[in-house]
Amino acid sequence: MKVEKFNDPLARRSHQLHFETLRLDTPFQPRLAELSQTNDWYSWAGYKAPHSLYDEELEYFAIRSTAAVFDISPMTKYRIAGSDAEAFLNRLMIRDVRKLGVGRVHYTAWCDDHGHVLDDGTLFHLGPSEYRLCCQERHLPWLLDSADGFSVEIREETTDIAGLALQGPTSYAVLRNAGFAGVEQLKPFQIAHFPLQGGTVTISRTGFTGDLGYELFVPRALALDLWDRLFTAGAAHGIRAIGYSALNRARIEAGFIVANADFITSETALRGNRLRTPDEIGLEWMVDMEKPNFNGRHAIQIARTKGKLRHVLVGLEIEGNVPPELSLVYHRKKKEAGIVTAAIWSPLAKRNIAIASLERPYGSRISDDLWVEIYALRELQYQKMMKRAKIVPRPFIALPRRTATPPALF
Amino acid sequence: MTSFDTIIIGAGHNGLVAASTLAAQGRRVVVVEAAAKPGGAAATVEFAPGYRTSGLAHIVNRLAPEVISSLKLDKTRFEGASAPTVVLDRNRGPVVLRGGYGEVVEGVGADEAKAFADMRRKLLRQADILKRFLARRPPRPGDVGFSDMANLGMAGLSLLRGGRDEARDFARMLLMNVSDIVDEYLSDDRLKGLVSFDATLGIQLGPRSPTSLLGLFYRLTGEAAGLAGGQYLPKGGMGTVADALVGAAQKAGVTLRLSSPVKRILTDRGKVSGVELEGGETLEAAVVASAVHPALTLRGLVSPGEVDTELSRALKHMRSNGNVAKLHLALDRVPEFAGVSREDLKGRLVIARSVRHVEEAFNPAKYGEFSPDPVMEITLPSLSDPSLAPSGGCTLSALAQYAPYDLKGGWESGRPQFLEAILDAIETYAPGLRASITASELLVPPDIEARYRMPAGHWHHGELQADQMLLNRPAFAVSGYDTPIEGLYLCSAGSHPGGGISGLPGLNCARHIIARNRS
Repeated sequence: MKVEKFNDPLARRSHQLHFETLRLDTPFQPRLAELSQTNDWYSWAGYKAPHSLYDEELEYFAIRSTAAVFDISPMTKYRIAGSDAEAFLNRLMIRDVRKLGVGRVHYTAWCDDHGHVLDDGTLFHLGPSEYRLCCQERHLPWLLDSADGFSVEIREETTDIAGLALQGPTSYAVLRNAGFAGVEQLKPFQIAHFPLQGGTVTISRTGFTGDLGYELFVPRALALDLWDRLFTAGAAHGIRAIGYSALNRARIEAGFIVANADFITSETALRGNRLRTPDEIGLEWMVDMEKPNFNGRHAIQIARTKGKLRHVLVGLEIEGNVPPELSLVYHRKKKEAGIVTAAIWSPLAKRNIAIASLERPYGSRISDDLWVEIYALRELQYQKMMKRAKIVPRPFIALPRRTATPPALF
Repeated sequence: MTSFDTIIIGAGHNGLVAASTLAAQGRRVVVVEAAAKPGGAAATVEFAPGYRTSGLAHIVNRLAPEVISSLKLDKTRFEGASAPTVVLDRNRGPVVLRGGYGEVVEGVGADEAKAFADMRRKLLRQADILKRFLARRPPRPGDVGFSDMANLGMAGLSLLRGGRDEARDFARMLLMNVSDIVDEYLSDDRLKGLVSFDATLGIQLGPRSPTSLLGLFYRLTGEAAGLAGGQYLPKGGMGTVADALVGAAQKAGVTLRLSSPVKRILTDRGKVSGVELEGGETLEAAVVASAVHPALTLRGLVSPGEVDTELSRALKHMRSNGNVAKLHLALDRVPEFAGVSREDLKGRLVIARSVRHVEEAFNPAKYGEFSPDPVMEITLPSLSDPSLAPSGGCTLSALAQYAPYDLKGGWESGRPQFLEAILDAIETYAPGLRASITASELLVPPDIEARYRMPAGHWHHGELQADQMLLNRPAFAVSGYDTPIEGLYLCSAGSHPGGGISGLPGLNCARHIIARNRS
């Protein structure tokens, strides 16, 4: 960045026009705008994104019954390349990146020196010494500082790369119909590249729904071509664009957590007791103490050996059919034990399910006699309910079609 | 092959003190040193045929009594006579301070002498309160033991001993600048200049910079020859102190390996396992204590990724650029400084005309330029120990500042210019000295960095300022001598309490290692 251009106030202002567009359009905005009937938008990392497009319920059922398209372009994306890319990512991530082969994806998380989770995300091993990291928050300064001493190049490519999640039982049929021959060979968490209009679309068998599904990434310029190709090919397979509310239901059923919803990322937390180690948000299985040192290793080890883990993330099944969103969890209806961070009535599981953050020993040593307190606002009066909650394993649903290879043509 | 359980990196004074202390407890200790000679910055060097002098530090003013007693050092081998400080002045003649930081002041009127005595008493009393924190590990939040509490309590008691007014004054003065304090007490520019110089020597601050008084407190926490604030020129140059430390180490059974630069510190999954030497040889040990700069240790010798990002970032941002130059002159006769007796030439001669002079010397350093009219302290070591110069000749050793490490335009062209500026200044007080120079050597911070492997040529291994002291030295996460890497410890001047030839970082660290392995 040149300093000279900021000497002239007019020139300076001309470089600061971001405030004129409070919400950016994703590359798919023209199509989303056409489809939006509810006009129900929210801001996702500065981008305009749909809560719903026409009907939340029907959008959810598109995920579970046909094929749903969700615009994931606002997701923060970094390209990480160079001879030390693997070593760099391995010092960064709590999982062993050496075990991630070329053409594979894994879900991972990374911590600060104190072992507190900075974010979770998906790491794509695109090619030899070449990776893409997708996540919720922005981390460029952290990534650059962590890269000190490593031969690696890190570039934010959030605006350059457009992304779509195509999820649901007919998603494979849509891709096949769209001409992506060979996509049936993709196993879960596998990546392949396909030609598209003289460019390339990168397709991975990944998703946030626990269903059969794919994620597709293209250079920004090819975004609408990709969209149109999918919707033409998918017309007979019930393809539907969806908003976040529908996706959120699916991800709760799948038991996935969302940064800054189910836990507070360590750089955004304002309060010291909101910080969480991986073990406190259900990610202890990722932490690989056998691999070389990684950020937070020392702190996590101390937290584990000195019994300093304060919280635990659990799946709950709650009696009745009222989702206890953001409800308090009690032990023996008296002692406060935690909070529900996400809850729905699951149409697929036919159960009232929730994800909750509990304060140990609740959820670890003490897991019986848990209750959630639901305040249901009914015509200007709260109806207070105490409902029994049972700790159950996540995911709440398990769909064989998610992993079947080749996938079936529904 | 002999096996060791402890490796010390660097045979500087702190490394040697740590090694001796650990070996005395029965540990099998090896010290690996990059240079061909031990001693590090506490060395005596021959810079011209027949002319020898202390290579970097040239005055002993804080070698800790704890170090001397616990290592049973034979003081007679290096301890010189208590040396006066002579503040040079062309017009009014010098002011001479004798005893521990001017117990007696000559060359000023009775009123000024009394004013100085008042200030001295105040500062020494306050320094005495701070002193109790030096010879121990800094108290760490969450890890404060009984002895820490007792020490804090004692500090509080001694603070109140002089009455509430004294305690209040301590709180008032602690973070003040030295200029305001000397203005409070003194009227003589020579004394004000001296005190300003002593507060800022080796620190990137001017006398009017906030907190600059801390440097003076640090100086006054030191003692030499039994005198608080005292000083002497070591017999035979600082190398004799190093020799005494080497002797103690050898007696304790320490193995010394010279010309063995460390390539890297070997770590695996958060645990140290030894060091790899440049030659390719690997030495294994469960404990490694590094007496080299903390940033060099954790960002240079330890592989990237072994130290977490925040700590690495903190060490990267540790302020550690040197700003002092070391001058060595070989003279063919003993110089004469106007108004200074031959006997007093054996002391420390200071060129600092006033607070303003020191402040104006500092100004250009803020912008990457050296002082055109530098301030300095000069010693003539061969006057006390004639073996340091050929017969009839004289060795001059001076510390001159400010000489910023990152000189605008570079030191290649800057070095001769700065040398001229220093010589011009000395010539003013010692006319004819220039003509007697037969050889000269000016070490600017990059030279000090290259010769003594001190990053950025900072002899304190990091600025000694409020934000880099106590539990923030060198960085909060590593201020208790241990590091997040199990078995790896820091024992250089970059750790608490800091720089100067004190031996305390080495001693404190070694005692911490002993305590850690006992529990």
